[in-house]
Amino acid sequence: MTAVVASGERVDPTGGAGGVWCDRCGAAAAEGEHAACRAARVLEPPRYCPDCRRRMTVQVVPTGWTATCVEHGVRHS
Amino acid sequence: MSEILDRARAQVLAAGVGLDEEGVLALLRLPDEDLPELLQLAHEVRMRWCGPEVEVEGIVSLKTGGCPEDCHFCSQSGLFTSPVRAVWLDIPSLVEAAKQTAATGATEFCIVAAVRGPDQRLMAQLREGVAAIKAAVDIQVAASLGMLTAEQVGELVEMGVHRYNHNLETCRSFFPNVVTTHSWEERWGTLKMVRDSGMEVCCGGILGLGETVEQRAEFAVQLAELDPHEVPLNFLNPRPGTPLGDRAVVDGKDALRAIAAFRLAMPRTILRYAGGREITLGDLGTRDGLLGGINAVIVGNYLTTLGRPATADLELLAELKMPVKALSATL
Repeated sequence: MTAVVASGERVDPTGGAGGVWCDRCGAAAAEGEHAACRAARVLEPPRYCPDCRRRMTVQVVPTGWTATCVEHGVRHS
Repeated sequence: MSEILDRARAQVLAAGVGLDEEGVLALLRLPDEDLPELLQLAHEVRMRWCGPEVEVEGIVSLKTGGCPEDCHFCSQSGLFTSPVRAVWLDIPSLVEAAKQTAATGATEFCIVAAVRGPDQRLMAQLREGVAAIKAAVDIQVAASLGMLTAEQVGELVEMGVHRYNHNLETCRSFFPNVVTTHSWEERWGTLKMVRDSGMEVCCGGILGLGETVEQRAEFAVQLAELDPHEVPLNFLNPRPGTPLGDRAVVDGKDALRAIAAFRLAMPRTILRYAGGREITLGDLGTRDGLLGGINAVIVGNYLTTLGRPATADLELLAELKMPVKALSATL
């Protein structure tokens, strides 16, 4: 599933797919059901680093977002 | 036609006098089959007393998270286990956000901080940011910094902030269920100071916090008593980790009823779609609200969540033949 966010980009809101951790809830991506996270991520930026589950500092601006993990760097919309 | 719609047509549409609490409550209790007629009347009222223009605004968070207050809906409170971390926006990024907002045709750019009230550091950051925006971008600057002192109100006026947002959030009788770290009356006090300063007052709230229909009507008339220039209408978007994180979203028809009822309580105010409309109303409901009393939108993202693309809203406005209010019309 993909969705369009305000950045105008198409994103894959899979809640950390490809990562170890769900970037919305911070739980293990391979454990449990993350359907709600996937749905919610259409209208939310990530909050947890999918590589280490640290909470990221996230700045939302009108046209996008930037999320920073102290260990794994910057992600953006 | 129901009696309350007859009364609203005569009192609000013809005379421009908003409904009282009893009238608003009657609207909120109208059955679903009367909803199209209610929305049509609210649209006629908006067109008669406000005109076809839609005011477009962008908002940005200058200081996110770490707030000492306990507003139960808010992911930025430092008192809850929300995943939102504290972060400050630098001035170049603030100016860039204003530029991007202006590029959508927006005339308003609101700078928001998650605080009880601003301290010296925040006021200094805001002063620098407002000056930088005014030097680079043709857009009106508004601010939302929590509760103010009289001195801070004066500082904002001197900076050139033309509108101040401070939401009452909900009615007076329900407020203690939503916030315990400060009172509804403290918010009201800031709003009175802002009004007395000559700045435009922007004051709205959030529906779906657990208030009753009666309390929604109470809220509408309390806002009408304040007579704000703008009322941003939010619908609860339950945030993980907050006390209201598990609440259900407002039913779409109830949301539309509320939009129309608030319009009929405040025929001349700018009634703005704000947060939560995407999950409460979706695309179709967004259209219905614009044809049911709404005459302003926040485009793009919100403070911590994402919104519809600005282009989607602008295309919808064009389709509805609702012109975006020009900057010249706001000066």
